[in-house]
Amino acid sequence: MKLFELRRPADPLEAIRDGLSPGARFIAGGTTMVDLMRLDVERPDVLVDLNHLGLTDIERTADGGVRLGAMTRNADVAHHPWIVAEYPVLSQALLSGASAQLRNAATTGGNVLQRTRCIYFRDVHAACNKRVPGSGCPALDGYHRNLAVLGTSANCIATNPSDMNVALISLDAIVSLRSSEGQRDVAFAEFHREPGDTPECETVLRPGELLAAISLPPARPHARSYYLKLRDRASYEFALASTAVTMSFDDRTMRDVRLALGGVATRPWPATQAAQLLEGRSPEPKLFRDAAELAMLGAVGRPQNRFKIELAKRCIVSALAHVTAAEFV
Amino acid sequence: MSTIGQPVDRVDGSLKVTGAATYAADYRLANMLYGVPVGSTIAAGELLSLDLSAARATPGVVEIFHHDNFEKLREAPSGDMPDGPDPLVDERRPPLSDTTIRYYGQYIALVVAETFEAASEGAMLVRATYRTTDPATPLGGEPTGPAREENARGDVDKAFAAAPIRIDAVYETPVETHNPIELHATVAAWADGRVTLYETTQAVVNHRRVLSIMLGVPASHVRVISHFLGSGFGGKLWPWPQSPLAAAAARTLQRPVKVVVTRPMMFQNVGHRPYTHQHVRIAAECDGTIVALDHDSYNTTSILDDYEESCGEGTPSFYGAPNLRVRSALRRRHTGTPTAMRGPGAVPGLFATESATNELADALQIDPVQLRIQNEPERDLSLKVPFSSRHYVECLTLGAQRFGWQNRSAEVGSMRAGDDTVLGWGVAGASWIAERFAADVSIELRDDDSAEIRCGTQDIGTGTYTMFAQIAAHELAIPLERVHVTLGDTDLPPGPISGGSMVTASIIPAIVRAARSAREQLARNGGSKATGHGSSPATFGEEQPTVSRHSYGAHFVEIGWQPQLGRLRVRRIVTVMDAGRIINPKTARNQIAGAMVMGVGMALLEETIYDPRTLEPLNRNLADYMVATNADVPSMDITFLDYPDMHVNELGARGVGEIGLAGVAAAIAAAAHHATGVRVRALPITIEKLLL
Repeated sequence: MKLFELRRPADPLEAIRDGLSPGARFIAGGTTMVDLMRLDVERPDVLVDLNHLGLTDIERTADGGVRLGAMTRNADVAHHPWIVAEYPVLSQALLSGASAQLRNAATTGGNVLQRTRCIYFRDVHAACNKRVPGSGCPALDGYHRNLAVLGTSANCIATNPSDMNVALISLDAIVSLRSSEGQRDVAFAEFHREPGDTPECETVLRPGELLAAISLPPARPHARSYYLKLRDRASYEFALASTAVTMSFDDRTMRDVRLALGGVATRPWPATQAAQLLEGRSPEPKLFRDAAELAMLGAVGRPQNRFKIELAKRCIVSALAHVTAAEFV
Repeated sequence: MSTIGQPVDRVDGSLKVTGAATYAADYRLANMLYGVPVGSTIAAGELLSLDLSAARATPGVVEIFHHDNFEKLREAPSGDMPDGPDPLVDERRPPLSDTTIRYYGQYIALVVAETFEAASEGAMLVRATYRTTDPATPLGGEPTGPAREENARGDVDKAFAAAPIRIDAVYETPVETHNPIELHATVAAWADGRVTLYETTQAVVNHRRVLSIMLGVPASHVRVISHFLGSGFGGKLWPWPQSPLAAAAARTLQRPVKVVVTRPMMFQNVGHRPYTHQHVRIAAECDGTIVALDHDSYNTTSILDDYEESCGEGTPSFYGAPNLRVRSALRRRHTGTPTAMRGPGAVPGLFATESATNELADALQIDPVQLRIQNEPERDLSLKVPFSSRHYVECLTLGAQRFGWQNRSAEVGSMRAGDDTVLGWGVAGASWIAERFAADVSIELRDDDSAEIRCGTQDIGTGTYTMFAQIAAHELAIPLERVHVTLGDTDLPPGPISGGSMVTASIIPAIVRAARSAREQLARNGGSKATGHGSSPATFGEEQPTVSRHSYGAHFVEIGWQPQLGRLRVRRIVTVMDAGRIINPKTARNQIAGAMVMGVGMALLEETIYDPRTLEPLNRNLADYMVATNADVPSMDITFLDYPDMHVNELGARGVGEIGLAGVAAAIAAAAHHATGVRVRALPITIEKLLL
């Protein structure tokens, strides 16, 4: 591992200044960054440690929602009584990811920004448009079983690996970004970008900006939610396909439906049209399958990951059936 | 008061849980340097040049070895040698001995530095240029070498053609990587022309032999120490290149050198179970009598070395087929050299033959347990000798009873748990050789009523220390606590390799004789101090054995299949083992249970994935190479029949290290078929193979 300078700023503005130094990278929980440094994928000159800034509060917002500081730990969020009671989809998503040890270290901000598990991205001896723009994408015709079928481009089919991100889309979360010029808020669904021609740009984060918090709007009355993750083994594996669904019921009718997909897309994937199809309708299996078909419309499979299109559809149908189970008589 | 047959706690347990047990990489010697190898980033071609400038400029880097400046090591010969036993090694070419690249990750340099961090950074900064050639990549297809007939009786082609019920299928198992938690490591230190190697090895004696040849020094000048091993699964049986690298670097630099193989290198440089391609033809009369069994396989090997997986090792003696043939061949590929992995040969072999047997049962519409019982041989038809002790039928009948097999409904998809889970049931048999290696043991009786027992074998985590203590205490008729066991050092009397599940069986005659000789000395001389020595010969490799020695077992598996989630999980496994007398049911159960978990991984998860274009092993870490997690572990019911096999040794004990893995994947594949209707003949059984 390359020698680097470690800085430990005591407040966010100092961290933002340090973050603008040449070759600077932020480190939060370190569960991705240290891994990538060992692999030589990240070679920072300056490592800006965010662990002394605070940003660790889980607090009520004025509108009755919840605000998660960027440095809150995944385990603390997952087990927090407000999250468990009001936003179970977030708790479920967090607990389905990684391992207990990793969740103790990993942070909310770090989880939002975690990098893809594409094998070629993590191998500095391979080409990768995300790591070295313009170098090529060996995954297209190489190993891509765990890669994306939605939001892909000719340059990149890397999957966003986060479970938490999928739940945050379904919760209409807001990302608060801070810079020396102040703060701006971005809808979570607008935060991550599809690879297009610039797979190296994964989010709308600008230089000099620090992810400070994630805000969750107040849980709707009678809301229910569910996170379903499908994978080869029972634990400690990234999703092959996952679904986060939130909705409320009004007279056996689905309202405020939010559907998001993980494991199958280049970014946390809002299945907006599928959610709209369900809006105002009564739950029934045929409708769920239609919504699943709509959600996966336009998916581009390759030899090794084509099965994920059908798997994702079953995932959506099962998640919808689970979340609406009480509505079937 | 004997503890034989008692579930004794491991005598070294407290050392391990307190961290006091010293593993190879734990040794930090004074003035020690750290070596980090640099691996090639192509699989086939020529190393043209190395740019070492940036690496040399890294603070702390002391030396960078490569083909031009590394000492020329000798290659351990593969044939018989006049002066001692064959030096066993799977990758024979000494490291850094030429510039031809034959597999991805082949060491092209060793960066040695004052710290591990500096050596690692230096290794990252070495720049190599290559001329790349197309690697020999494809799987499937034909072997590259001639087929070798390993066993034959009757006329298999004629019998197969004439039989009314026939199964003709190809089974494949992928490259699997051992992945013990302890990384391979060597710490080498020279003094006065003699070298001490703290080593991750399952065979200290052979390791000394190979390294003494490679380094050109007498065996008496090489000491190999392996007091504790964080498992090996066969991957640490024979020396791998990091050992001569560390030893030669330490000799040149006149300072101790430590080289620890990284996890990615564990997938490249220290062996793997090769890909196997097995064509099985099995045929029966309508009444279920098997009349023909043809097992024709090949496995992949590296460009330079011939590693034979011997998939048909257990085939000739398992069932009573009168017409049988076992053939094998090799296919070269630009990968590292394969090596023995837990149950080599039998484990992939039984996946194929036991799967074919299950397919035959389905074709015959005969219960697969019944089919097996019906074809139980009275003697070993290949060796034409009786079995030493075979209770395979009892494994099947007792297993069926414990499992509740009589409630099976044979039709595919006909069994359910709740609304959404389809149950699948499957069965398969297991067998493994039960032989002995030569062993020497010494015992010292002390005047404080304690005894020390010494042997140059090693405990790879299976409980060998405990086994020694139990057997010595039994033979000396003293309490277990009074026995001190010293293993894992070539300064001790030469002991067996920890391979082939043979340590327990091998050491018993030697301990019996050593104890007897010590007691006789005591009787002659009086007093309370004595020493005894015991030596016992090998049975492994006997030209004409008078009995057929094997262990047997049967696995019964229940899987749950949730088609709406594409989710297959193993729910329970009932296993019955016929492995001779069990010395310690606790450590024995530990071995079988661990192997069963490995079997779940083999069936559903494990596969080393290579880039088809470059033959780079891609999933070379423990997140992407999947083994079963705790959450994947099913309910396990393990029974030992506990029949002493007095043909093997005085206590009737055989080994249990490997047999627990044999057959598990075939039973799971049969259960998966029973639930889904899909026959998966190429492991692992992943979601996409079932999502039809």
